[in-house]
Amino acid sequence: MTTTHWYRRYSLRTLAGRRMIAGYIFISPFILGFLIWFLIPASVAVWLTFQDWNLISPPRYVGAANLVRLWSDDLFWQSIKVTTTFTLVSVPLGLLLGFMLALLLNVKMRGITVFRTVYYLPSIVPAVANAVLWAWIFNTEFGLANVALRAVGLPKIKWLQEPEWALPALIIMSLWAFGSGMVIYLAGLQGIPDVFYEAADIDGAGRWAKLRHITIPLVSPVIFFNLIIGIIASFQIFTAGRLITNGGPQNATLFYVLYMYRTAFQNLKMGYSAALAWVLFGIVVVLTLFVFKYIGSRVHYEDVR
Amino acid sequence: MSVLEQTTTELRPRTTARAKTRNPHRLWNGMILAILVVGAVVMSMPFVWLVISSFKPQEKIFVFPPEWIPQPFRWQNYVEALVYKPFGLYLFNTLKIIVLNEIAILLSASFCGYGFARIRFPGRDFWFGLVLATLMVPYFVLMVPQFIMFSRFGWVDTFWPLTFPYFFGGGAFNIFLFRQFFRSLPEELADAGRIDGSSEIGIYWRIMMPLCKPALATVAVFTFLFAWNDYIGPLLYLRSDYNFTVAIGLATFRSVMSTQWHLLMAASTAMILPVILLFFFAQRYFVEGLVLSGIKG
Repeated sequence: MTTTHWYRRYSLRTLAGRRMIAGYIFISPFILGFLIWFLIPASVAVWLTFQDWNLISPPRYVGAANLVRLWSDDLFWQSIKVTTTFTLVSVPLGLLLGFMLALLLNVKMRGITVFRTVYYLPSIVPAVANAVLWAWIFNTEFGLANVALRAVGLPKIKWLQEPEWALPALIIMSLWAFGSGMVIYLAGLQGIPDVFYEAADIDGAGRWAKLRHITIPLVSPVIFFNLIIGIIASFQIFTAGRLITNGGPQNATLFYVLYMYRTAFQNLKMGYSAALAWVLFGIVVVLTLFVFKYIGSRVHYEDVR
Repeated sequence: MSVLEQTTTELRPRTTARAKTRNPHRLWNGMILAILVVGAVVMSMPFVWLVISSFKPQEKIFVFPPEWIPQPFRWQNYVEALVYKPFGLYLFNTLKIIVLNEIAILLSASFCGYGFARIRFPGRDFWFGLVLATLMVPYFVLMVPQFIMFSRFGWVDTFWPLTFPYFFGGGAFNIFLFRQFFRSLPEELADAGRIDGSSEIGIYWRIMMPLCKPALATVAVFTFLFAWNDYIGPLLYLRSDYNFTVAIGLATFRSVMSTQWHLLMAASTAMILPVILLFFFAQRYFVEGLVLSGIKG
């Protein structure tokens, strides 16, 4: 049996060889980018984790001290608590609203696109402009939120000054943008073949039965996928927390990445911020593996176009 | 359609039964419409509030109950807000970053995407696995080491950290998107090019790129949105006022004008408006990008 050596198989004279060279030329920008912008910083992150460094005086090796410190750091736990609470309320609620809205909007009615646009637009408002707008909406004396409360005879709330109201205020703000999920579900709903519903009609299925046994099972992978993506995105909320409340009052809106940002760029604790970064990375990896394990193969890869 | 339905009901003896089932149907549609209208009013309230506030004179901002039609209607708020800080310069800076990002991402991501989609070579799946892996690493995880690296390069307070890295692959998600798109194009087109003696780069540039305008448009739209909205990047890297983008300019404007809500709302409206205009002109690509990221992701 004759084996061709790899260098001959992939030499310039063979088709496979020319293809390989072409292939690597095409993906070379990514390879370079991966090495420079990803691999080097990742290595630096590993190194940083074991250093005490304020960017000015020389770094000092401290072993696992940065990781150990996490356990006794109240602000770390506070930021985990804030971010988790925010995520657990805003993501499922936004998802539910988005899905129900998609069901309502998935009808043939004149002018339905106007509704779709109205519900979608809030989700494209730039984060900074959004933060400025909602800071004004939650203004205690003259903001829209309290104007609305007064209109129905309720007392005003100090949205951004009371620790127990600041996070709910930001959750309400985040729910305003639930329209982006709606668009995705709408596409999912429109991808369900009509024959399923026709068959159910023949069997005499009602609205609820069709929803329960056809619609929900068929879009559930999309819903679940969006749940995980939503959680990952929600763990990285930064702009609102920094611009509207700046973490306060009494750290009630100290989001995880806001705490990380402060650790690195205000307290200049580079090593400790690296430890915080690894925790964030760990959370995202666990969530991602979860997606792959449970729905990887069940997601529809039908062409959307 | 309705004519057809009428004849069938006439032919069948169950006319009354059908008429009954039609009424709840109309009721159902009416209920949906009512919910949608109420929801739409609630959803548009913040926008209404934003625009109304942006036209009010300062003394009318702090009046309860609020006036829903600003009297007098103050257009100067926009002039005042946009010259108080040099928003023209900020706009120019932002556009400079956007143009560089568009060039970088559209060229680089489509180039890599083509390699992953249309050429078979050993190691391809390994590298594509790395594309997917980097897709999952949040920006904040590498934020600090990247900052240290860029500050060593002397790139702080320049546009380099916000533009240059995109020339190397243009972001994992964009590579992924182009790959998916190139895979959906027929192989025969490339074969025809090969028979005519075109090189692989020629096939990519002359045959495939003209066909992938929808993907290019989608990526272009999202690149624009990202750069226009980005806050953390400019916050970390842009220090001098003359380097600010619109986003960071508005954020600092807020910190110096904490109670001048009429001017803040005018500046915010001015920042939101281009995005909404873009949406109305390129609606298709917004939805396409969302659907691709949501379902195919």
